[in-house]
Parts: sequence; C-alpha cells; structure tokens
Amino acid sequence: MRNRVLVYGYGNPGRQDDGLGPALAALIERERLAGVVTDSNYQLQVEDALAVSESDTVIFVDAAVSGEEPFSFTELEPANEITFTTHSVSPASVLALCHEMYGIAARAYVLAIRGYGWEFMEKLTPVAEKNLEQAYQFLKDKISDIISASDTMTLN
Amino acid sequence: MARKITIEPVTRVEGHGKVTIHLDDNNNVAQSRLHIVEFRGFERFVQGRPYWEAPVLVQRLCGICPVSHHLAAAKAMDVIVGAGTGDGLTPTGEKMRRLMHYGQTFQSHTLHFFHLCSPDLLFGVDADPAIRNVIGVALEHKDLAVQAVMMRKFGQEIIRATAGKKIHGTGAIPGGINKSLSDEERDEFLKGADPLNIDKMISWAQAAVDLFKDFHSKNKDMIDNFAVFPSNHLSLVRKDGALDLYHGVLRAVDSEGKKILNDVDYQDYYNHIGEEVKNWSYMKFPYLKSIGKKDGWYTVGPLARLNTCDFIPTPLAQKEFEQYKAYTNGKPNNMSMHMHWARLIENLHAAEMIKELLNDKDIQGKNLVTKGKKVNEGVGLLEAPRGTLFHHYKINEQDQIVMANLIVSTTNNNEPMNRAVTHVAKSVFTGKPEITEGMMNSVEVAIRAYDPCLSCATHALGEMPLEVSMFDARGDIIDVKRK
Repeated sequence: MRNRVLVYGYGNPGRQDDGLGPALAALIERERLAGVVTDSNYQLQVEDALAVSESDTVIFVDAAVSGEEPFSFTELEPANEITFTTHSVSPASVLALCHEMYGIAARAYVLAIRGYGWEFMEKLTPVAEKNLEQAYQFLKDKISDIISASDTMTLN
Repeated sequence: MARKITIEPVTRVEGHGKVTIHLDDNNNVAQSRLHIVEFRGFERFVQGRPYWEAPVLVQRLCGICPVSHHLAAAKAMDVIVGAGTGDGLTPTGEKMRRLMHYGQTFQSHTLHFFHLCSPDLLFGVDADPAIRNVIGVALEHKDLAVQAVMMRKFGQEIIRATAGKKIHGTGAIPGGINKSLSDEERDEFLKGADPLNIDKMISWAQAAVDLFKDFHSKNKDMIDNFAVFPSNHLSLVRKDGALDLYHGVLRAVDSEGKKILNDVDYQDYYNHIGEEVKNWSYMKFPYLKSIGKKDGWYTVGPLARLNTCDFIPTPLAQKEFEQYKAYTNGKPNNMSMHMHWARLIENLHAAEMIKELLNDKDIQGKNLVTKGKKVNEGVGLLEAPRGTLFHHYKINEQDQIVMANLIVSTTNNNEPMNRAVTHVAKSVFTGKPEITEGMMNSVEVAIRAYDPCLSCATHALGEMPLEVSMFDARGDIIDVKRK
C-alpha cells in the first residue's frame, strides 16, 4: 500500500544544527500519524528515489545555512542538478531520478530550517531549537492539510 | 602574461576543494595543485572523551563512510581493552564486523560506479554534461539505474542489520559487537524476493565488471593513457597475501612491483609512515619513511589494493583479477582510469564475501565480546572504500582519550591526486588560451577516479557546485565558469 506522506530528514546530528532534519523526522515519527512514514540519513542518495516512489507526497527536511528564519517551505520540481562527487544528491535530483526510473511524479516540498552552529556537538543551538519547534507545529498542520485534501479528492 | 586558473568544486560548512593551474606567459602549464580543505579539529575534539565512545563519536566525521570510521575506531579500542590486534575477537564478533564492512564497501563501490563511472562509460567522457550524469543514465539506461538503486539498498540493509541503524550505528563496540544476525535477517539477505537477494547482487556485480571491460575494449586509448604515472602502492593484505579489506598487515610495492614495505604490523605504523606538511595545502602528505619525503608518496584504494595483493580469495573476483593482472603482465597497474576496473572487481569480491559470511553459522553466534588486560594505546586500520584508513588513540588512567591521530584515505591519496591533475593539465591546458568545458571535465575525471572526500561531514542547503575562475598575472579574475 502506498504511503500518503513521507517525511525525510537528512543531515548529521553529530554536527549541531546539521541534525535539524533528522530531529524533525524523529518528532513526526513519534506522532504515529496514519499514512505518514519517516526516514532519516546523513545525506540524500540515489536509492532514495525508491522511497520517494512509494509515497504520494514527500517532504524533505534539511538544515539551512542561510535564508528565512525560522524556516521556509517551498514546493519542489524535479531537476537534473549534478554534483561533483558521489557524496550527496539534491532533493530535486532525487525527484528526477524517481520520475525517470519509476515513472512516478511525487508531489514534493522542502522544509528548510535555519541553523546557526556546525561544530562537533550532538546538540542543537538554542535558536535552532526554537526554529525546530515552530517547524514541527507547522509541519503537523501541513501534513493534516495534505491528507485532508487527498481524502477529499478520493471521495470526489 | 602568466595566469592562474582555479577550479573550485563544492563548498560546505567548513571546507572545500579547488584546483589551481598556473600558466606561464606562453600558456604552458607551469604548475598545478589540488587543494582540499581538511577539517583537523576532530582529533582535538575527542580528547577527554571516554574511549568506549570513540566508535560512535567518529561517525560525526563523515556522512558518506561513517561505517569505515566506526570500525577503524572499534579496532583501535579492541587493542586498548586487551582483545588483541585484530585476531582476538570471537568468531561472531569478527564476522559480523566483516559483514558490516563488506556491506559498506558494496554500497559505496556501487554508488561510485553508477554516479561517477557509468555516465562516462555509457555516454563517453566528451559527451554533453547535461546528459553525461546519473539522471542521464536513468533516462537512457533505466535497467542499469534500477539495478544500481537496488544494489545500494541491499548494501544499506546489510549495514542496518549489522550496525543497528543508518545514522550513528552502534554495532561495533570495544572488544566485539553488540548483536548477531537473526534467522529472519539472514534468510532475507540469502533468499529475499527478487531482486533483493545476494545471488542477484553477485550477478549484477559481475555484469558491471563486464560493462567496464566492454567499454575498455572499445576505448583503450583513453582508458590506458589518461593520467598514467609511476606510483608506489600501499594497502593492508591478509598474512598470506590475499586481498582483505578488514584486517591484515601493511604492504607497499613500488611502480615495478618490488616490495618496499614488507607485511609489517600496523600497530607501529608511525615507524614506517610520516606525514609531511606543505605550506600551500591544509592537508598533509603521507610518505614511507624508508624511501623519504620526495619519493616515498604512495597511492591507496582499489588500484593500490590490486597491486599489492597476491590473489583474491573468492572465485569470481579471482577470475577477474587474473585477467586484470594479465593486462599489465603481472606488473603493478599505474593507469588512473583502471581504478574503475579495480573497484568493480572489488565490488564483485564484496558481494561474494557477503554471501560467504551469510552462510557461516558463526554469524548467528551468541558469544559477542572479548576482553583482556587493558593497555593505554591502540591503532585500528582497515581498507575503506577509498583506501587505507588509520585511527590511532592513547588513553589515560581515567579512561579518557588523550591523543588521536587519523590518516584518512583522501589524505593518503593527496600526492597521487596532485600528480593526476598535473598530468592531465599538462596534456589539455598547454597552449590553450581559454578554459573549455572539455578541459574542465578532464580535470574532473582525473579527480573523480579517486572520489576524494571534500569535507563531507555536514550537509546543509546553500552549497555551491563547481566553479572555475581564471586570474591574470596581477591576480584579477578575468573569467569565471560554474557548473
């Protein structure tokens, strides 16, 4: 059975605010929302196209070194963004791979939570903690909206 | 007018790498250098932490090969807790770690083949970069792309089953392992629904070797002549000379195959390996002390490993190894692009090793940990996917780490990567007034053969892709290109 929503947090929790993505995925996992699955890893990779293909909607959650505070939420389009090494794949490239390999165009968003510290510590900075809490409340509501809209479409 | 060309790849939170190519007044390459900003603060960070935390702490170093750091630190801590220098673990402890390590190697080598190597093979190195990439492969060769994704997933699931979880695994502990494999886990890997079972993985790994050989037969000039230079080669080998990625003795051979480091115990690696500091690079330059700083540099990784070992102890990979060695009449292979061939043979070996380990009853044993008389110093080495990885620690009476020294694969390959870039720069930049896409790509291809770690410990939105800058004699930028 397909998942309604995949929340995929990525980053390294051992590098302070780089762990914002996995931290939010863990919070959502604790909610045990019907139809919602979560996953986490250090970085996105090619095999994540398979996980994306199994969900109607995917929300990538990452830390942001700059940009909006406390977070930004944007819809994502597939794109061929090439990286120099094998060390990571962009969310847009994961979507593109999913489309090319599995013929599935999942609706996707990026939730970018602003971070500030990147040292060898497994603890978020105080401001990032606050940003995480606001992003968490926002994402719970957003997931509820997505599932409600999906239910309405099914009924219709 | 002398010029400096800068190729600046990825910036991350704390570092980046770049290539500078210095041209003289006649547009000849006078000098080229690869600069990789390596974050060295970690060695100070672990000081004061209890030694048993190290195998988990070191995974903060790298988001792409955390398993290699996890296992190298655990091996060093085995020594400290008196569990011997690699041969003192229980059979279950050692074999579970090996399964984790070969799972890591399998998924890493697969990624390199799919992401970096196959686009060049399938489309040619001169093809439009808009097509010659991982998504181009998915578009034009969907079956291969799906294979690669499933191979990656299989390797990742092996890691999850042995390390406990994908992020900050805890499987390896000082003196052993904290879990063995259940019946269900073993059977899933051995007999899982097609294609996620080990027999399918072996057949796909074999097919990848065949794909490379087919490309090689049609493109010998490029594969055999791109960034070829004599090098020393260093790696672990098993005591009987077999390829062994998890444990062994240190061996080095020169470009003609003469042993220049003869199967020494790595516990005193510092008697054999020095680390030179150069004022233009943040990254050290390791060398063999017996040869000296000038000529003692060496290559690590797949190419080096197949140059140092005598044989591969699994049948399919051994058959490929014999063909590979015959190509150079048994002499060391110094062709940079053959790194891909060597990597794919190792990938086949990793798949065969995974099957062998899954069929070994020790993998499900209950005796997980060994301990003995504690000592205050330990060294852990293994062959990470990109090459030899050194972890060295000392502790005090309070069990706190007081010294840590790490030599990672990319540092070991510092000089050969610089040589490869220089070789390519001289052949494609000499006499050329402009930077073209093809010239940039040639430099990239040389570096990508080594797949260096460019400070990949963190990932955050806002990173920058490849950038090429050109400077005039006064240091002013006269051209910038980004990819």
